[in-house]
Amino acid sequence: MSEETGGNVINPNSMSIIVTKGSLDWAYPPFILSTTAAAMGLEVTMFFTFYGLSLLFKKLDLKVTTLGNPAMEMPMMGGHMAMPNLVSAIPGVGRMTTVMMKNLIKKKGVASIEELRELAVEADVRLIACQMTLDLFEYSQDDLIDGVEIGGAATYIEVATQSHINLFI
Amino acid sequence: MADKVLDAKGLNCPLPILKAKKALKDVPGGGTLEVLSTDPGSVADFQAFARTTGNELVEHSEEGGVYTFLIRKK
Repeated sequence: MSEETGGNVINPNSMSIIVTKGSLDWAYPPFILSTTAAAMGLEVTMFFTFYGLSLLFKKLDLKVTTLGNPAMEMPMMGGHMAMPNLVSAIPGVGRMTTVMMKNLIKKKGVASIEELRELAVEADVRLIACQMTLDLFEYSQDDLIDGVEIGGAATYIEVATQSHINLFI
Repeated sequence: MADKVLDAKGLNCPLPILKAKKALKDVPGGGTLEVLSTDPGSVADFQAFARTTGNELVEHSEEGGVYTFLIRKK
């Protein structure tokens, strides 16, 4: 091991995730994977940056949009309704889509993000909020749930050099 | 008879695994946990969970859409 990279040793049972997105749909992959990995005995770190930072807010108000989601379809009356980008311009569509998604989540027994986040905290998943994002969007640690560390790129890179699995979501 | 039974029916991925992991905390080493699930994905998932964590999946079965898993704690 070179001197420059210190003496970092990779823990084979460890995973890190960079969380960059803060919409309701995109909040699921990082929290599902982090909680499951923790349940399977892995040491997990999540680094929240840019829009992902909002997933650490005390009060979550997550939304889903059809915009930029060209493959989005919603089950409806036995079929599937396409949600083209165009309809996102219609007032109220964003709210309607969010309500539809939240109803589906409840109906199908899928955990809420609040629940998964609580399970992540309970399972000692290490949560790091990006300092630069806090500065950029004018938030402070008071806006975030308890137990969140603050760090920057170097903090994450150190974690990544020690983690066996590193994901970017 | 298992040492503990977890009813995870109606719950979707990854909740059956997360709740099973929690329930295993109340099971002594060598003891067993029975999990009931309606999530078809839990069949592959409990096998992977067992392989990764070293807890043994003693048996699993399905009846009327309900999957039963018997896990022996490491």
